Amino acid sequence: MSSVKIELRKDQIEKIHEICKSFNYEGGELINVLHKCQHEFGYLPAEIQEVVAEQLKLSVAKVYGVVTFYSFFSMIPKGKFPISICTGTACYVRGAENVLAEFKKQLKIEVGETSADGKFSLSCLRCVGACGLAPVVLVGEKTFGRVAPDGVKAILAEFEQ
Amino acid sequence: MSKYSMHLLVCGGTGCRASASDAIVENLKTELEAKGLSDTVQVIMTGCFGFCEKGPIVKVSPDNTFYVQVKPEDARKIVEEHVIKGRKVRELLYVDPKANEVIEDSKHMGFYKKQIRIALRNCGFINPEILDEYISRDGYLALGKALTEMTPEEVIKEIKASGLRGRGGAGFPTGLKWELSRQSQSDKKYVVCNADEGDPGAFMDRSILEGDPHSVLEAMAICGYCIGADTGLVYIRAEYPLAIQRLKVAISQAREYGLLGKDIFGTGFNFDIELKYGAGAFVCGEETALIHSMEGHRGEPTLKPPFPSVSGYLGKPTNVNNVETFANIPVILLKGSAWFSSIGTEKSKGTKVFALAGKINNVGLIEVPMGTTLREVIFEIGGGIKNGRKFKAVQTGGPSGGCLTEKHLDLPIDYESLVANGSMMGSGGMIVLDEDDCMVSIAKYFLDFTVEESCGKCSPCRIGNKRLYELLDKICKGNGVADDLTRLKNLGLVIKDTSLCGLGQSSPNPVLSTLENFMVEYTEHVHDKKCRAGECKALMTYSILEEHCVGCTACARACPVGAITGERKQLHVINPAICIKCGACLEKCKFDAVIVQ
Ligand SMILES: Cc1cc2nc3c(=O)[nH]c(=O)nc-3n(C[C@H](O)[C@H](O)[C@H](O)COP(=O)(O)O)c2cc1C
Ligand code: FES
Repeated sequence: MSSVKIELRKDQIEKIHEICKSFNYEGGELINVLHKCQHEFGYLPAEIQEVVAEQLKLSVAKVYGVVTFYSFFSMIPKGKFPISICTGTACYVRGAENVLAEFKKQLKIEVGETSADGKFSLSCLRCVGACGLAPVVLVGEKTFGRVAPDGVKAILAEFEQ
Repeated sequence: MSKYSMHLLVCGGTGCRASASDAIVENLKTELEAKGLSDTVQVIMTGCFGFCEKGPIVKVSPDNTFYVQVKPEDARKIVEEHVIKGRKVRELLYVDPKANEVIEDSKHMGFYKKQIRIALRNCGFINPEILDEYISRDGYLALGKALTEMTPEEVIKEIKASGLRGRGGAGFPTGLKWELSRQSQSDKKYVVCNADEGDPGAFMDRSILEGDPHSVLEAMAICGYCIGADTGLVYIRAEYPLAIQRLKVAISQAREYGLLGKDIFGTGFNFDIELKYGAGAFVCGEETALIHSMEGHRGEPTLKPPFPSVSGYLGKPTNVNNVETFANIPVILLKGSAWFSSIGTEKSKGTKVFALAGKINNVGLIEVPMGTTLREVIFEIGGGIKNGRKFKAVQTGGPSGGCLTEKHLDLPIDYESLVANGSMMGSGGMIVLDEDDCMVSIAKYFLDFTVEESCGKCSPCRIGNKRLYELLDKICKGNGVADDLTRLKNLGLVIKDTSLCGLGQSSPNPVLSTLENFMVEYTEHVHDKKCRAGECKALMTYSILEEHCVGCTACARACPVGAITGERKQLHVINPAICIKCGACLEKCKFDAVIVQ
């Protein structure tokens, strides 16, 4: 993984402190702390993990172990409009792979990457529970159902301006 | 609900909300307001009706009119025609595809006729964010009865007599589990609700939590009373934001009413519930992994025994049950174990909720008595296969289960019969496959899932599944040899026997069951290098039809590897040795001259 060092601002570090405090600095709350941090910062770079580890009195390795175990946590920044393609079984049998291929082609990025302009990122998830609408694509909070490869352009256009 | 003479029930499940059901609610309210009807007609956003295929759904009660695929702009018509003039809006009614008949009353829909709704009893009837509506349908009556009229032993006896078994997959008798948890001595115990729902393509637990969260909270409190716990924890996937929000609302309302908290019903019994969030790991549905995840660790499973009922969360006795299991509890206490055990088969009592998905007409959520046959589920309730294609198989139990075929259609579904036929109940996902699905690819799809989700702690699962996946990939790419089929089987059996937890112990099932039922497709891939469903790209050959080719050169120009040759106005030819099967020529040809076989 390319590791671009980032410098956390003072107010950002304070925000992490605040989050850890709201969970009473309990190590058992690590996952909830990480959820909050990711919600706040969009992703969990090593620098944030270090602050969390120090605050909760855990080793950095332990925090890193948890971050990398769960697919919900990401160590790279998401795009302004994160695109998630459902590759759950219902969506798979109704052609999610072709939809995914079309997104890759249009955006010229792979799963787990962010487009050069920082606008879109691509990820897969397993079932959002809207299987009746398979194949399903999420862009940010918005759900698109029954997506066909030739509908991909129109979806992207909605967020282009 | 009495002040109103009519109710407009709008589905607020994840699926229907994705198709703008919130806007339907808004518009209906605005229209009613404009006509001065807000005091007599109530708009309610409910949980899932189950008929997701034709969502968003608006149901009118008391006359049971069932409007399908409603759009926000239809709100005016519903109010002006149905509410005011009493005339049903015909173009929004559900049309039975077989009889080609408009259905006026939802009771007559093939989809609902064979269903019995116990766990889903309130989904689609009440507003899940209003506690009074749950109470008006006997909510918290069972908790009251347990606390004031029954001893914990009596409640456990009743649950045992009902024959209820865990709906999370393994089918362990619930009453017995509660008894074991009760017998463990400790100063502190926990009740945990497993709402991880990891099977991709299954959404029944989510629908219960979204549509009827109080039924689960009530049951957890009853469980707490029985085993002697004062704390409940719901472990829920972070991917279910709506369910999380509904649970939060429900917990705070229950606290406000004194149904959770201290001294419930003045009996001195204390019980409160907190949420714990998952973070996207399938293995965390396994109960020991789930407990480690709740403690803030990596979600890796540990060997049992000790079982959670002896040593679980923070080392204390912990009773873990699935969402649907809990949703059955209040009804059993109110209607009695004799009633519950009269439904179902000899060893599997009650009903089961299934999430029907895949190549089926009526994708949705159904609840049927145990012992219903697959044929009834797929062809009567599910409305048969999409686009008139032929049924090929149904995968039950998700990545841990197997596939059942034509010859199993008349099998009565229960825990035992599914296992005896190489599959399992799992949590209730049912993915229907048709003739366009390649069974080798399906097995590979599930293995891809397992490889990604294996926690990596034990080597049979970590390495073995990867090797299984590689073998399947090799076969799909046309490089398989005869020996690979025996290797698949042997390796699969070893992984099953030697893995640490239920994940690895069941992950080869999709491979083993497709080998068993669809050996022909495997041998076709290996020997004839053919995929009859046309799904394995590498086994396809591209060629150009002489009759259609006009020699426009478009395909040759599009080919990225120069595999196509031919002069202008002459027949073009694809060299299979160079072709990478990218499909660019197929896309470019305007004369349908490129064919794939
Ligand atoms: C790999 C794996 C995944 C599981 N996933 C779930 C799940 O998503 N939801 C669930 O309720 N049980 C799941 N289980 C079953 C649980 O371990 C446990 O048996 C269940 O929660 C017990 O509740 P029950 O007796 O009410 O079914 C899973 C088991 C395994 C081995
Ligand atoms: S499988 Fe895609 S929403 Fe369920």
